[in-house]
Amino acid sequence: METYTLIVLLLAATIRVATPLLLAALAGMFSERSGVIDLGLEGKMLGAAFAAAAVSAVTGSVWAGLAAGVLTSVALALLIGFACITHRGNQVVAAMAVNIMVAGLGPSLALAWFNLGGQTPQLDAPGQRFVEIVWPWAERARETPFPGLLYAELLSGHSLVVYLAAALVPAGAWVLYRTRFGLRLRAVGENPAAVDTAGISVNGLRYQAVLISGVLCGVAGTYLSTAASSGFVRDMTAGKGYLALAALIFGKWRPYPTLGACLLFAFTDALAARLQGVALPLVGVIPVQFILALPYVLTVLLLAGFVGKAVAPKAIGVPYAKEQ
Amino acid sequence: MSAPGRLPRWADLGLLPVVSLLAALAASAAIIAIVGESPWVALRLLAAGAFGSQEAAGYTLYYATNFIFTGLAVAVAFHAGLFNIGCEGQAYVGGLGVGLVCLGLDHHWPFWAILPVAMCAAAGFGAAWAFIPAWLQARRGSHIVITTIMFNFIASALMTYLLVEVLIKPGQQSPETREFASSAWLPAFPALLGRLGVGVSASPLNLAFVLALAAAAFVWVYVWHTRWGYELRTVGQNPSAAVYAGISPPRVMLVAMLLSGALAGGLGLNEVMGVQHRLLLDFPGGAGFVGIAVALMGRNHPVGIFLAAVLFGALYQGGSQLSFDLPRINRDMVVVIQGLVILACGALENLFRTPLAALFARWRHSGEGD
Amino acid sequence: MSAVRTEPPAEPASPAHAHPPALELQGIDKRFGPVHANRAVSFAIARGTVHGLVGENGAGKSTLMNIVYGFHRADAGEVWVHGRRVDIHRPHDAIAAGIGMVHQHFMLVDNFTVLENVVLGVEGGRLLADGLARARGELERIARDYGLVVPLDAVVEHLPVGLQQRVEILKALYRRAEILILDEPTAVLTPQETDQLFRMLARLRQQGKTVILVTHKLREIMAVTDRVTVMRQGAVVHETATCETSERALAEKMVGRAVSLRVEKTPARPGGVLLAVKDLEVRDRFGVTRVKRAGFELRAGEILGLAGVAGNGQSELLEALAGILTPSRGEIVFKGVALVRGGLGPRERRRLGLAHVPEDRLRMGTVAAFSAQANAILGYHDQPAYNRGGLLRGTAIQAGCERKMRDYDVRPPDPGLRLSAFSGGNQQKLVLAREIDCDPQVLLVGQPTRGVDIGAVEFIHRRLVGLRDAGKALLLVSVELDEILGLADRILVMFNGEIVGEVASADATEEKLGLMMAGVKEGHA
Repeated sequence: METYTLIVLLLAATIRVATPLLLAALAGMFSERSGVIDLGLEGKMLGAAFAAAAVSAVTGSVWAGLAAGVLTSVALALLIGFACITHRGNQVVAAMAVNIMVAGLGPSLALAWFNLGGQTPQLDAPGQRFVEIVWPWAERARETPFPGLLYAELLSGHSLVVYLAAALVPAGAWVLYRTRFGLRLRAVGENPAAVDTAGISVNGLRYQAVLISGVLCGVAGTYLSTAASSGFVRDMTAGKGYLALAALIFGKWRPYPTLGACLLFAFTDALAARLQGVALPLVGVIPVQFILALPYVLTVLLLAGFVGKAVAPKAIGVPYAKEQ
Repeated sequence: MSAPGRLPRWADLGLLPVVSLLAALAASAAIIAIVGESPWVALRLLAAGAFGSQEAAGYTLYYATNFIFTGLAVAVAFHAGLFNIGCEGQAYVGGLGVGLVCLGLDHHWPFWAILPVAMCAAAGFGAAWAFIPAWLQARRGSHIVITTIMFNFIASALMTYLLVEVLIKPGQQSPETREFASSAWLPAFPALLGRLGVGVSASPLNLAFVLALAAAAFVWVYVWHTRWGYELRTVGQNPSAAVYAGISPPRVMLVAMLLSGALAGGLGLNEVMGVQHRLLLDFPGGAGFVGIAVALMGRNHPVGIFLAAVLFGALYQGGSQLSFDLPRINRDMVVVIQGLVILACGALENLFRTPLAALFARWRHSGEGD
Repeated sequence: MSAVRTEPPAEPASPAHAHPPALELQGIDKRFGPVHANRAVSFAIARGTVHGLVGENGAGKSTLMNIVYGFHRADAGEVWVHGRRVDIHRPHDAIAAGIGMVHQHFMLVDNFTVLENVVLGVEGGRLLADGLARARGELERIARDYGLVVPLDAVVEHLPVGLQQRVEILKALYRRAEILILDEPTAVLTPQETDQLFRMLARLRQQGKTVILVTHKLREIMAVTDRVTVMRQGAVVHETATCETSERALAEKMVGRAVSLRVEKTPARPGGVLLAVKDLEVRDRFGVTRVKRAGFELRAGEILGLAGVAGNGQSELLEALAGILTPSRGEIVFKGVALVRGGLGPRERRRLGLAHVPEDRLRMGTVAAFSAQANAILGYHDQPAYNRGGLLRGTAIQAGCERKMRDYDVRPPDPGLRLSAFSGGNQQKLVLAREIDCDPQVLLVGQPTRGVDIGAVEFIHRRLVGLRDAGKALLLVSVELDEILGLADRILVMFNGEIVGEVASADATEEKLGLMMAGVKEGHA
């Protein structure tokens, strides 16, 4: 019984940790499928987290915060796009540059505007955060372990963004595989010349992809500072952007496997917290750092071809220049 | 006789980075203004904070030492056509090697015996951390950018584990090793110069600075004056020509990455053996990424790298001074400037190159008469 | 390959007929810098015919078709489609005018299905489902009408090349192309696939479509076209109904009488065999066999010419001899050493005395960003003359480069100048100087005067003959027939990966070689 409750709570935590990862990974999916490496997930999320927390603190409305977060992330995405798509700059360098810049800019502006040492004010007034939504009869259901506890913990009690992220998986799959836009997007990441000769603008498609990435990262970052926490602190993304990229690669750039990868990585995170100092049968105490490093090791193994093959979109990372 | 859109060589190597730098500084000035401080005051304070006193200059050069090592590391890989983003992790693990040597030998061997072993450990451990991503790229085609980023995180986890569980000084809370005995300390410049009768204010500047300069000289000789360097540059410029000449690109790329990792490991000598005198968490402190900026600005040449490293060192040192004097600015602003410089010099080159080239074309035409 | 003529050729449009030509070109002119790719080209193609367009490499036929399809803009001239003047600025306009093109390198998305590839760009609505369903119906109709059967749900990268080509044709027909241009379509097809293609073309003609077949393979022209236009050096030199001509006549027109640069040379005095090639089979990067069972001998003191249209295996043969490609079968024996079995790479071969001037000096033979002196040691950078224990000897390298520049009249004689600043001719002279400098016994030379000005051409030719007189052996690969005829003592002709004939220089004529290069066997007309 104890174990059962523990597992359910663990899964619930997994869902919450997975949400920003999933949003960022889906963001990366659109961008990378069109051929633009999306190493800037980290910076876009962080920028959005700051903007959302700052605006929410000032205006008192988390919806205003969400808008600010999305706008910020989109602006950063377009900046990277401008450098890489229009001016055919190095995609990796541009993204790393933005990541570094945002890491400093957030705390700098926070210090200047709020004078709290680089963070934004606590979001404690009502309406400043995304709060858990409790489904009807959840409290009553909790009393019956099965399936009541599942209902109460796994389905109910998450903030709006979590449900949104879950809905975005089938939505993303639908856009990617069932719309004209999705077909062209996938084509431009594989063979931009074919798209060009069909009379479709390669750069136009890539900008649209980068825009979508910006929007989704905006939501992810907003979640971090207004749902998962109550404010912005420096470096609060803590590498989640790269982890999301790893999940995307692990999920072979497809929506549902990416969801699986995000859940897997989030699970290791939740598990690490639980297992700290706990002695397991046969292996003893696993150092928490090993568990935290697991997603990265798995990704390397995947790229090395030991866990199946990960074939990136063929034209990824190469700026498109018309032949002669 | 350059084609339209082409810059003469000196402009490409010297003028373009300066123009990009100025653009980045202009953007930084705008942000400083938004934050509510005066950009001119900030610039003055920055310069003074970086070079205004002996102590400040010492700090600047101490920071620059790290950036020289990582800048050289990124540059060597670039020459072979590879993007090594893993310098942060390679420097971290290189420092581990240094720390292990110091912890093992500091009570038994004299300094002059420990130093070469520590240098080998720094290089060896750093190279080893670069080996797996390099091998995976050469043999399996795994994208080296992604694998090196992953290895940065794995290094962080590994070092945290080691410092918390294994190497920690017994009875202590903070995850650090014990302090090394003085035979495992790199002599600091103030002490060295003091012995020569020159009085210099205290600073963390130490022998590693000289080692960094030696590394720069070594890279200069290796890349441009040896046959292996020739092969390196050929592979980076034209892999087909390399094959034609009987050079094996996969092998050359592997060696390049190993060398790159070894150079990044040199940072460990500066931080672990020269300043901290112990192993502790996160001593690279982002220098791996600054190395990318330094290499790009320095056009992958040791002289340029040295200048760019000093520039960034000045930014770091001057930036921390800024935070004392200007209440609305702190170290984070330096990070912003750093990011803008990388963006301008590394990704927006074509934006600046085209108008510059047009200017040159017009200047050339008016000179030749119409 | 079997003859495919299944029905009599269509009647050329008689003046009384109301139908205007499907495609008419008037005065199309195009220059790329100094190269005059199309010189006032004018001809007409009748509707409902299969029209051949032949010429050697560089004759201008690809440029012409690219203009018709909108990839390039002509400097002058007009294009008329079905009696209406059209302005074609990009492929979109060409498609709207009913012109479709099947390129030599397919424009397909490898991991899409055939259906997805065909509809890309004309999906028929925001949501795929309806558009795809409608497309499927239409494509099945097209398949029936033209015999173009392709599994619509197969993933393109799993299809054999012949079927992939059909997808490209389907794309054009789906977009209502009335005029179909096929650019060297059989270059990648097996003989069986070629037969199927031609049957399909016959069906297309039956249905009233117009097909333009751009090729250099004369047998195919004779087999399937109604009329043929011959181009040479950018201009139209001949036009005729296919039934009124022959392969020999076409070859004669293709090759023509150009200004030949005959080099004065004494007859060769060949010595012992230096290089022996036996049963060589070479596959390219994609696993396609490019050289089939090649065998020949090369003697000291002779120039052996290897003639053929580009793409028939000469490049792969050359790279295999140089050690860049590994043969899948066969052996190369150089001065008694088995190169393939011994696994000797380019470096070892150079040390033994086998030097290589590559066909593409920019892609392979030089590093454009390096200085002249750095290029002057490419492939020789580890030799003791330039090395002291690993350190490069700067003065020796510079002096060596200066000497090479003097001996080969490379201008400007500046060893420190970036190679891209030199003209093509001077670059080539430097490459030649480099490869000859270490006194090789055998020199492999590919396209020695490609992109080289006339003065340098003469210089290079004289040098090559001089080498031969000094007792060296040269293998000369060139697509320029004049060069082969002028320099070689013996000539081998390659077609489709095989050496199809050997001719002594004294007996060689342009017609004879031209026929062999076009795949015509001895004894055929």
